This record gives sequence, C-alpha cells and structure tokens, in this order.
Amino acid sequence: MTADQVGHQADPGWIADALREHDHAQRPESPEGRTRLPVTDREQQVLDRIDRARRRRPRVREERVTMSHGAGGKATQTLIEAVFLETFRNPLLEPLEDAAELRILGGRLALTTDSYVVSPLFFPGGDIGDLAVNGTVNDLSVSGATPLYLTAGFILEEGFPVAQLTQVAESMRKAADAAGVCIVTGDTKVVQRGKADGCYINTAGVGVIARDVTVGVARAQPGDAIIVSGPIGDHGITIMLARGELDIEADVCSDTAPLNGLIAGLLGAVPGVRAMRDATRGGVATILNEIARAADVGVLVSEDDIPVRPEVRGACELLGIDPMYVACEGRIVAVVPGDSADAAVRALRDHPLGADAAVIGHVVADQPGIVRLRTAFGGTRIVDLLVGDPLPRIC
Amino acid sequence: MRFVDEFRDADKAHALAAKIAALCSPGREYKFMEVCGGHTHTIYKHGLEDYLPEAITLVHGPGCPVCVIPMGRIDDAMHLASRPDVIMTSFGDMMRVPGSNGSFFDAKAAGTDIRMVYSPLDSLKIARQNPDRHVVFMAIGFETTAPSTAMTMLRAHAEGLSNFSVFCNHVTIIPAIKAILDSPDLRLDGFIGPGHVSTVIGCRPYEFIARDYGKPVVVAGFEPLDILQSIYMLMLQLSQGRSEVENQYSRVVPWNGNLVALKAIAETMELRPYFEWRGLGFISHSALRVREKYAEMDAERLFSVPGVRVADPKACQCGEVLKGVLKPWECKVFGTACTPETPIGTCMVSPEGACAAYYNYGRMNRDRVPEAARAGRP
Repeated sequence: MTADQVGHQADPGWIADALREHDHAQRPESPEGRTRLPVTDREQQVLDRIDRARRRRPRVREERVTMSHGAGGKATQTLIEAVFLETFRNPLLEPLEDAAELRILGGRLALTTDSYVVSPLFFPGGDIGDLAVNGTVNDLSVSGATPLYLTAGFILEEGFPVAQLTQVAESMRKAADAAGVCIVTGDTKVVQRGKADGCYINTAGVGVIARDVTVGVARAQPGDAIIVSGPIGDHGITIMLARGELDIEADVCSDTAPLNGLIAGLLGAVPGVRAMRDATRGGVATILNEIARAADVGVLVSEDDIPVRPEVRGACELLGIDPMYVACEGRIVAVVPGDSADAAVRALRDHPLGADAAVIGHVVADQPGIVRLRTAFGGTRIVDLLVGDPLPRIC
Repeated sequence: MRFVDEFRDADKAHALAAKIAALCSPGREYKFMEVCGGHTHTIYKHGLEDYLPEAITLVHGPGCPVCVIPMGRIDDAMHLASRPDVIMTSFGDMMRVPGSNGSFFDAKAAGTDIRMVYSPLDSLKIARQNPDRHVVFMAIGFETTAPSTAMTMLRAHAEGLSNFSVFCNHVTIIPAIKAILDSPDLRLDGFIGPGHVSTVIGCRPYEFIARDYGKPVVVAGFEPLDILQSIYMLMLQLSQGRSEVENQYSRVVPWNGNLVALKAIAETMELRPYFEWRGLGFISHSALRVREKYAEMDAERLFSVPGVRVADPKACQCGEVLKGVLKPWECKVFGTACTPETPIGTCMVSPEGACAAYYNYGRMNRDRVPEAARAGRP
C-alpha cells in the first residue's frame, strides 16, 4: 500500500480519469460528425463502462478504517484485496477461499482462522463460544475438509466475570464434541477495562481433505444449480433483536451449528459439487456475488424460492433490510451441476440441519459478474454486494 | 406475510400491465414523475419497469430528503458535531453523505461523537444519560419526518431538558414540485404523488397542479402494486382528458391530512424565507426552522454555524438528476468515479436516491413482460 493509493475520496485525479473515459466513450465513430446513439445503446455503453470500472484493482480511499470495512461487503473485500492480499500475496492465499488448501507429505490439509466479537455474548440459540467453534468448523467443512483440531485465543477485558468465561468455555467444549473436533492449544490475553468489550475469541482450525473433491467458487459453470441448506437470516435477526434497541420481539433463534455432518452427506451423494460457502457476514447475497465474480458467470435466483422464516421476513420488512444480506451461522450455499440438483437437495434434506434445503437459482452465461433476482412481484433486479454496515459485530 | 404479499401479487401485476398497455396511444410517449424517493426505491427493488411499455418513462423526482441537502449544510452539521461538548445524533442514511471534508462516518472513525438513531426520541435518551454534554439532532426530511422532530421537541420542552437541540433541515415538498413545473427543461404528463408526505399534508395541496398546470396527480402507496395501479390511474385520466388529484393510497392517506401532526409542526417550526436545495438552488418558503419560542432548542441559534454556501464538486450532476433532467446513468461520473461505496453526490448515497437505486438494482438489461411489450400495437 503506497501513499498515493490512499487518496481522499474526492481525489481530483481519479475523477478526471473517469471523465476522460466518459468522453472517450461518447466520441462519435463516424467522420461526418456526431451521430446520436439510440438511447438503449448509450445506456449499454454506460453499463459496459461500469463493468470495466468494477473490474479494476480495488483501492482503499478512506484514510481510516470505518465500520463498513468489517461488514463483509464491498469495503471489506476492498480492504482485504488492497491491503492484505497485496502485502501477503502468494498462490495459497490468492483464491481467497474460506480455508487455504495445503499439500504436505502427499496429503491435503485445510487451514483457516476466524475471530469473534459478537455483541451480545449470549443470545437465543447460542453464545460467542459455540459460534467460535462452529464458525471455524464450517469454514473447514465448506472447503471439502474433515475438521480435526482447533486452537482458541481469548482477549479478555479486565473485570469480565469468570462465571461467564466458564459458561463460554463450556459452550465451546459442547460445540467441539458435537462437531467431533478437539481444541488442542490456545492463548489468553487480558487488556485494561475499556480497551475491549468483555470477551473476544479467535479460533483457527485444521482439517484433512480426504475425499477426492476440489471445490471453489471459481468452478461454477452455466447450467449449475444454486442451493441453500435452509431458511436464511436467522442469526443476524436474532442478534439484532437480542440487543433490545429496536423494541421488536420475535420468536427467532440463531442457527449456529456445525455443518460438517451435513456437508459430508452432500459430498457423499453428489461427488461433483463445485462450490460451497457458509453464508455468514454479508449473507447469501455476498456469496452469490463471489460466485459471479470468481467464475465470471451470471447468477439468476428467484425470490419465491429462497427460504426465509416469516418472523425473519417480518423483522426485515419492519427494519427495511433485505434478508439476502443478513448473516446465517448454520447455512451453506452450494453450487452443483444442474443434473445433480435433485440429488443434492435430497441429500441435504436427509440431515436435520438441511431439512428446508432448496434450489434458489442457477448459474447462467449472460450478464457475467452480475447477480439478478426475479422478485416475487415478477420483476427483475440486481443483487449487489452490500455497501455500509447495517449491523456491526454480528459474529 | 399479510399486508405485504397481497400488494406484491404477480398475477395482479400482469393484469394491470395489460390494462396500462391498452391505454397507450400508438406513437405517444408518456413521462410520469414519481416525486418521492421511496417510490424510486420500490420501483427498482421490485423490478417494476418490467411491467411498463417502452412508451412510459418514469422520471425520478426530488423527494429524497438526504439528496436535496446541500453540501454547505453538511459542513455546518460537521462543524457542530466537532465541538467537544456536542453529541450529534443522526438517521443512518445521513451517515455516508459526503461533505467538503468527508462524511459523518469518516468523522466518526476520526473520533467525533456522532451516533446513529432510529427515532429522534432516542436523542432524548442520550441527552438524559449525558447531562454534562449537549445533544444535537440532525433533523432532515419532508413533512413525513417533521412531525416526529416536532413531537421530540415538545417532549424535551415538557421534560425541561436543557441539553438537547435540533439542527433543523426540514423541507417542504410543494415548493419543490412547483419549481419543477416551472422549469423549462422538462415536460411531464403527470405525477405519482408522495404517499407518506400526504399522510401528513393530505391531498389538497396538490390541487394547483391539476388545476393550474393541467397535470394529473395520483397519490400512491409504497408497495409495487400501489405504484402500478397509480400509473394505470394516471393513464386513465390522460385517456379521458381529465387532470385531477386522486388518492390511490386511501388506506393510509386522509384527504385532509393529519391535523395533529400539522399542529405539532406549526407549534415548533416556521417557514424559512428561503432555503438552498441541492440542484434546485434557492427556493423561497421551502424549508422549516425552529420557532423563536423554542430558541433554546435551535442549534443554529445556540451555536454559530459557518453557513457557507459550498458548490457541489464540478463533476457532480446530482442537480440534473434531482430535477429529472438526467437519468442516473446519463451523469458523467455515474458508476465509475461515483459509486455507492465512494459517492461524490448525494443521489448515490441514500437508498432513496435515484442513482443508488439504479446502481444497486437496475444496472442491467431487462426484459419486458409480454403484456407491456405489446403496448401501442394494433
């Protein structure tokens, strides 16, 4: 990251570039003079120009980190690519998958890490402890690995009740048992009161990729089906309501769960699975955009087919947010070849955590890089990456 | 879900699309302005244009409260917020609006105490919890949100709360519509009237549009079928040679408005002689300020603000977009230098802004439903 890359957002040089490109596109092709293009062609030119702008190397324009950088949307992606990928660049990191795939002594390992800062620490359906174990188990599982060992790092604020810490540790043990993994090493740090908010947890995990599977969002192809393993948005809405700031009550609880069993069932039934992601921060919409971008394909999903609990939909309507962007902690989005869609849905539904699995759409060849939604109303719109952060500290 | 799904029924939408298409005269173009940004958002979010014939164009109007606030006022707010004794509270959609020196979010990241609230009443809670500091609520919006600011002031007054004030940027919709009608740039065939503003002011204030300018007005609700039905009602008026004010949103909008809300506004606020609108310039009697009686709750009287007029960035064409003269994609920096994550102008910031709605939802090739594609053909 060099200084000139961290320009102010009203950087005149950069605006001048855009204007130059605009003028270039407007230049008449015929030597006789300016021929006015039909409206639709002019709009298409603009769409093409935007497409080029979106494919440019991302730059962080802010001078300081804002909450948007942690929201899992466009700003997060830009920060990761412009700062971390740029600095650490290597072939293992480059795919930016949920876990890195390592080849050691002829075997394949998956390695991942994740930090947890959820507020409140305890919420209906779980707490920061089981979230920290399940999240890392799921990141390994969607990479096609069997999760084996976890590490746990704690950053504790002076004054944090030991009884709560014990409760969190107990949740972690239970979650690890349920997922069949061991927490084998860890670290503890304490900071002064006010320098952290109670308890933050980091977990890392390793797993083995035993099966002959290679998954990755870049492998999606036109004709593939896109599946979610259950109703979306439960975790995010639960956290939002648990904070008690909105005076909305609803009978929802977090979907936090280890997905290794569910995924093993899917991979057993459909060996050709192309990609899996767990839909955490940024929700299902973010995953669909990652697919469209990484594989340079179009994605077309149908609002009517996306499972959302009525309580979650109701809360989203009241708050003016889109459930497509609300975090889940126990749901995967899977891409499978179109002719395996039924088998994949059956395999997911055979597991209790996948009882409401459904095909929500398909990978298409036209309008690559763009996710389109057929709305319940019968219209069509884009589903873009999220800008801004409706809800910080969701996990 | 009840009260939502019935207003998003695709079968009814197809039926309406056929009726609208049948009213299109061959060779005639129709331009309707949806005044309210909430409508713009619904139109794009549900892909409503798929149901409209090519001959019907929806022009996005100035009714986006965040969009019309000029940059000078943002700088004034930032000036207030930067005082160490002040806690600034604001609605979330104001947070990313760029001022001359960055947005509220940038200021917050740099340590300024700016807090997001869902209701102006939350500001009072913050004021009670911080008696040694002064809470300034950044009040924005049309007649829709002015009553809640007014009620908050009345509550603070009743409680005797002395550390709360309002930085008042409330604007009124009628002068803006009149400015657009008087502008030579644009020929419109009718208006989709702002539903939520009308819950407060009622439908009577629009009568001059139908009477003096001969343009039909249909006050519309915010679900996609509401808007589609309003377009049908406009087309019906045009085909019958009528220009009237009609109320499609009668389930919420009383013809005479909400007298309690109007009274609360009148008690606490008065019209400013003039106010600057982004893009539309200075419009006389188009905004509200705090009445003398409540001077102790008027941030502009309590603290000095620079009050400097700041020109928009040169590349920004928000003004033309707000007037409906330019479609969002016709702006020179749309989608390249100006995007939702790095906005230059306000129309790209607010979810109700035309540019943000088009960029987030409409930036693609669309197919019309068969009913709409057949319009204007014998």
